[in-house]
Amino acid sequence: MAITFTLNGKSQTLTDVSPDMPLLWVLRDVLNMTGTKFGCGMALCGACTVHINGEATRSCVTPVSSVQGKKVMTIEGLSEDGSHPVQKAWIEEDVPQCGYCQSGQIMSAVALLSKKPHPSDADIDDAMRGNICRCGTYQRIRKAIHRAAGDAAKA
Amino acid sequence: MATHSAESQLLGRRGVNRRAFLKTTAAGGAVLLIGFHLPAHATDPAQAQEKPPINPFNAWIRITPENNVTLILAKSEMGQGIMTALPMILAEELCLDWKQVSIEQAPTDPKLYDHGTGGSGSVAGSWLPLRKAGAAAREMLIAAAAKRWEVGADTCRAENGFVVHGHPERSFKFGELVAEAAQLPIPDFKKVPLKNSRDFTIVGHDTHRFDGAEKATGTAKFGIDSRPDGLLYAVVARCPVFDGKVASFDATKAKAVPGVKDVFQISTSGRGASTTGGVVVLAENSWAAMQGRKALDVKWDEGAAATESTEGLHRQFVANAAAKPRQIVRNEGDADSALAAAANSSASKKIEAVYELPFAAHVCMEPMNCTVHIQPDRAEAWVPTQGPQWAQGVIAETAKLPPEKVNVHTTLMGGGFGRRYQADFVMEAAQVAKKVGKPVMVLWTREDDMQHDFYRPASYHKCQGVLDAQGNLAAWKHFQTSTAIAAKWSDKGENDKGLGEFGTGATVPYKSPNIRIEYTLAHSSAPRAWWRSVEHSSSGFVVESFVDEIAAAAGQDPLEFRLKLIGESSKIPQFGEDRQDSPPLDTARLKGVLKLAAEKGTWGAPLSDGDGRGIAGFYSFQSYVAAVAEVSVQPRNLKIKRIVCAVDCGRVVNPNGVRAQVESAAIYALTATLKDAITVDRGRVVQSNFNDYKMLRMNEAPPIEVHLIDSDERPTGIGEPTVPVIAPALCNAIFSATRGWKKPLRVRRLPIHPDDLAKA
Repeated sequence: MAITFTLNGKSQTLTDVSPDMPLLWVLRDVLNMTGTKFGCGMALCGACTVHINGEATRSCVTPVSSVQGKKVMTIEGLSEDGSHPVQKAWIEEDVPQCGYCQSGQIMSAVALLSKKPHPSDADIDDAMRGNICRCGTYQRIRKAIHRAAGDAAKA
Repeated sequence: MATHSAESQLLGRRGVNRRAFLKTTAAGGAVLLIGFHLPAHATDPAQAQEKPPINPFNAWIRITPENNVTLILAKSEMGQGIMTALPMILAEELCLDWKQVSIEQAPTDPKLYDHGTGGSGSVAGSWLPLRKAGAAAREMLIAAAAKRWEVGADTCRAENGFVVHGHPERSFKFGELVAEAAQLPIPDFKKVPLKNSRDFTIVGHDTHRFDGAEKATGTAKFGIDSRPDGLLYAVVARCPVFDGKVASFDATKAKAVPGVKDVFQISTSGRGASTTGGVVVLAENSWAAMQGRKALDVKWDEGAAATESTEGLHRQFVANAAAKPRQIVRNEGDADSALAAAANSSASKKIEAVYELPFAAHVCMEPMNCTVHIQPDRAEAWVPTQGPQWAQGVIAETAKLPPEKVNVHTTLMGGGFGRRYQADFVMEAAQVAKKVGKPVMVLWTREDDMQHDFYRPASYHKCQGVLDAQGNLAAWKHFQTSTAIAAKWSDKGENDKGLGEFGTGATVPYKSPNIRIEYTLAHSSAPRAWWRSVEHSSSGFVVESFVDEIAAAAGQDPLEFRLKLIGESSKIPQFGEDRQDSPPLDTARLKGVLKLAAEKGTWGAPLSDGDGRGIAGFYSFQSYVAAVAEVSVQPRNLKIKRIVCAVDCGRVVNPNGVRAQVESAAIYALTATLKDAITVDRGRVVQSNFNDYKMLRMNEAPPIEVHLIDSDERPTGIGEPTVPVIAPALCNAIFSATRGWKKPLRVRRLPIHPDDLAKA
């Protein structure tokens, strides 16, 4: 069975892939796009967050068959050179430590900002609580989101 | 108890003790065994300097004729920012323009490098060696320029990547000189001139992380992202019971899963890597391997540990606390007589408290993994490891190759926290790769990672103190029983006294004529090892909680009481095996951070009802950290308003990086204080994923302020020393916040459960 979807703006057709394989493993092991991370396999940590039709989604529990005909965006699709405002804010605030969770954090933050261009701290709590950072960079993530929103005063 | 005898035998045959091990690694020799107290000792700069000077242009610095500068990083980047801090030190002495610097991970070569990364020791241990290497390279470049100009080297200077001379000024780029410079005699490292710290332009200045951009774009390559051509993926079914083994297995259903290529058994390994073997499912991709493992039918030989439980360990703790004899860690005066006298006196007060801490898991966000390709004459590996040379040794031994034929790429790590000092995940991958003969990644799931960790020991502490009529500390007694790390790894096995690990609980900064510290080992089959801040996480909680309880009994302000008990500045030695020659606690510096945290944390300012402040200060990894926690407590409900940290880690290389580490360690400690324990039932770990071993999240993370002491002392550790002060500062704040309750709350058992915050 062939599965066709849009991946980072380009059409992607997969044949010979088990339809119940989670999108995460299709990205990582079939397409070798390793920016999206494996953290828990149960939608508990957010490391695997991608956008499906613009919604932040945990790819580790999303069967690849379910993205048929949909638009998938991964961290690789945000910008080629780190020039997306959220990525720039992340670099400027030195958010990453180990960095492993940050693809997922950034994808959740981008989805938040697309809905709420000027989020409050409570909005950030709500949108980002699904993403675990074991290095504890939460304070800097918060600042970086405010910075990306152009809300320097809140940061 | 479980199968320790076999392991002890193995270790006994190797006949390695901690000191011997450390000496051989310092000489670049032994590569196979996992370090015992290496993290702590790696911070010793004297030891780091023992190596003969190597040509810095061979080891550390590469400059092209076009003046592109690459600095070599020999430590492992796991988030702690070492990829930025260490090159800053080199670049400073080399007089480089930071903007021109590229950074590259060193090849694994124990003859050239001391790769081991842990014990908060990288900056502390590399500070002088890297300064000397940078300075030597700078002097060699200057000498090369002076030779060309036919002038004295003392009339030339280096700045921003150039050697400069005379008026009007003439200059050479480093790149124009490097070919000649690298051939010149290497300056004597004992005499090579180091820059005056007043002239530092890089060290001490906020610097962006070198790896920030790649980690914000998903292009950073972690171990799990290794994709050599033809890569296969494997998962391992391991016995859920500690030390349990495969009895038999049926691979029929597993092999029927699409994508599964093979199913086979791997054996247990020696104590060095500490693996228990298992059944391997090899597949075309990770998902197929996991599905294959689900379909696998394995019968386990659970072994003797299958009866162990958290409740049983607690009973052992209580029994140990009632039993004698005990190991004496420190004994001054006669604490027992002082305690007995206090019991019969109305003038003095006796204070008693029992504290208990559970096993804790590391939980790196990137689960354990290792990618290895073993060929007949060579091997290549991609390993997210804190100990590349041990990974190399383990693979070499398994592949039956000399270590220099094993090319280990140290990858970025999605967290380390001490977990990635182990070689268990490397050993398994080497065994699988040896059998498969193709590139293969052994991937751990979150459940594998959480249930087959090397845990922070569980411990139990009985503390007793006496306040005399004048409010002086007439006695301090602390008995600890714990499942020591030392007993897991030492050649004496479960008979090891484990004092080396417990010494820090004895380095009490509070003066008393009668101090007695005692210890008894508790037995467990749960694997234990170094968890962020190691035993300090327990010692800090107990010492800083108990002194707070004594202050309350004395009716004194917790900060003032601490400062009074510390008294005039002094040096408190360290206690326990292997610790006596470690730098003593300088109480002047401890007072410094306590006062700074108090000042910045508005200590003493009025508090609303239900609000409280708590303070704690502790010395670990040769650094001093104090924290003030401000909380609001309602029955069954805790809100942390902010945490203010004051840090003295000597000279600060990258203030931005140091602040990040303090923020990080505070959150790590809060998770351990507020979330879940690792518990044991029927010899296996109960928790398996983030649903039952929860992590602190964005909505729960309090603001953390970091204030640094301006210091000219040599740099000391920063990745870990914040951990020990967070739990006691928080619990002391809870006591303060509940001062109006009929029975104010003292939290003595971690983690804090909402029931602990119920009104009595």
